[in-house]
Amino acid sequence: MRAASTYSANAIDVVLIGASAGGVEALGAILPQLPSAFRPALVAVMHLPPDRPSLLPEIFGPRCAIPVKEAEDKEPIAAGTIYFAPPGYHLQIESDRTFVLSADDPVQFSRPSIDVLFETASWVLGSSALGILLTGANADGARGIQALHRAGAATWIQDPRTAMVTTMPEAALSLTPSSEVMTLAQIAARLTEMKEG
Amino acid sequence: MITSDFDMELKLLLEAIYHKYHYDFRDYAMVSLHRRTEQALIKFGCSTVSQLQDLVLRTPTALTELLRYFTVQVSEMFRDPSYYRSLREEVVPLLKTYPSLKVWIAGCSTGEEFTSLAILFREEGLLDRTLFYATDINPEALRIAQTGVYALDRIAGFSDNYRAAGGKVSLSDYYTADYGAARFDRSLRSQVIFSDHSLATDSVFSEVHLVSCRNVLIYFNRTLQDRAVGLFHDALVRKGFLGLGSKESLRFCSRADAFIELVHKDRIYQRR
Repeated sequence: MRAASTYSANAIDVVLIGASAGGVEALGAILPQLPSAFRPALVAVMHLPPDRPSLLPEIFGPRCAIPVKEAEDKEPIAAGTIYFAPPGYHLQIESDRTFVLSADDPVQFSRPSIDVLFETASWVLGSSALGILLTGANADGARGIQALHRAGAATWIQDPRTAMVTTMPEAALSLTPSSEVMTLAQIAARLTEMKEG
Repeated sequence: MITSDFDMELKLLLEAIYHKYHYDFRDYAMVSLHRRTEQALIKFGCSTVSQLQDLVLRTPTALTELLRYFTVQVSEMFRDPSYYRSLREEVVPLLKTYPSLKVWIAGCSTGEEFTSLAILFREEGLLDRTLFYATDINPEALRIAQTGVYALDRIAGFSDNYRAAGGKVSLSDYYTADYGAARFDRSLRSQVIFSDHSLATDSVFSEVHLVSCRNVLIYFNRTLQDRAVGLFHDALVRKGFLGLGSKESLRFCSRADAFIELVHKDRIYQRR
């Protein structure tokens, strides 16, 4: 197991973010801050109703300096791009760094589930991943953060005192207390350092 | 590319299953199989995939159990109602021009998609001139599909979907309820052949006018996706139709050029 101190911004290829209740506002404090030279890919799972279009790419696309899209099955993960999990499907990362969707049963009552994205990412990305968990009203993401941490990835958790709903960050912190606890502004500031050149 | 011990052992398990039982999962998407295998390990009380392999090679009943993890896809009737609405509005009018029809439901699992299509075809006056082939590799799923019986607690969701899909009457007109189960009308199954067929190892068996294959291709890697789409292409008549799951597409498929997109949002394609 590696300590968070081995973290190096230059080694991060894929940033993974999970959020639920209050997540649109929280992401709104982060994603529009990312510079056009932002280097890693950023992959986000937000809990949403399964039966309608998510509109997340439409909401964030115009506000962001880098491309924003819904992740597609078998799509190669491209640097400097923001991907959202499609509603009603789990989003997973394959060993050749492509996305793979699944319609398997919900995990933690959620599909897409944050745990599924984070766990599959931990299998293939190890310390080249960074896992971030934000506000939310259930425990999805806690096991995923733990899996990422065990695989040597850095893990950041929104300070529960600043989260709209504290359940999700608290559940993750109780499983992985050595995660870094940060405000949304601190998360945004640290991410903006991850750029070309 | 990182190959973990787990994935290495999983590849060996898939080879073993192929050689012993002729089920070919070798070109399935590894990450999905990995998750399902982790669940199976808990169920079987095995601590490694190698242990599971040992068990499966020596106990054919364990293979039956494992197939449940590798293949069974719990679906819903009229899942993604707009798919069925688009079939009704964009595809059915063209199907009505044929004197007789054949439809292939590839990867039919426990039959929810077949039953939905049979109802739609009846309402459009097409059922009597249509032959459905509903295929899957899991014999247990096919057996359930053949009964047309679903748990009553799933029916409320099915009914909502049916209405949203443009259903013309009430879903309850098509089933009788007893002992917690909904038994769908036998006449809906008068025009169907349920059959064992593998998109990984079998070939085309008939010419068809419509292939509906939903949320199956996401479980395949690109090699097997190409093979499956090739089978659909070869089975379809010219101008025949292919319907996929709402987040599936031919975009990363080598045969994409052989089809045109008929209804983009519902992933309905037409063979050139």
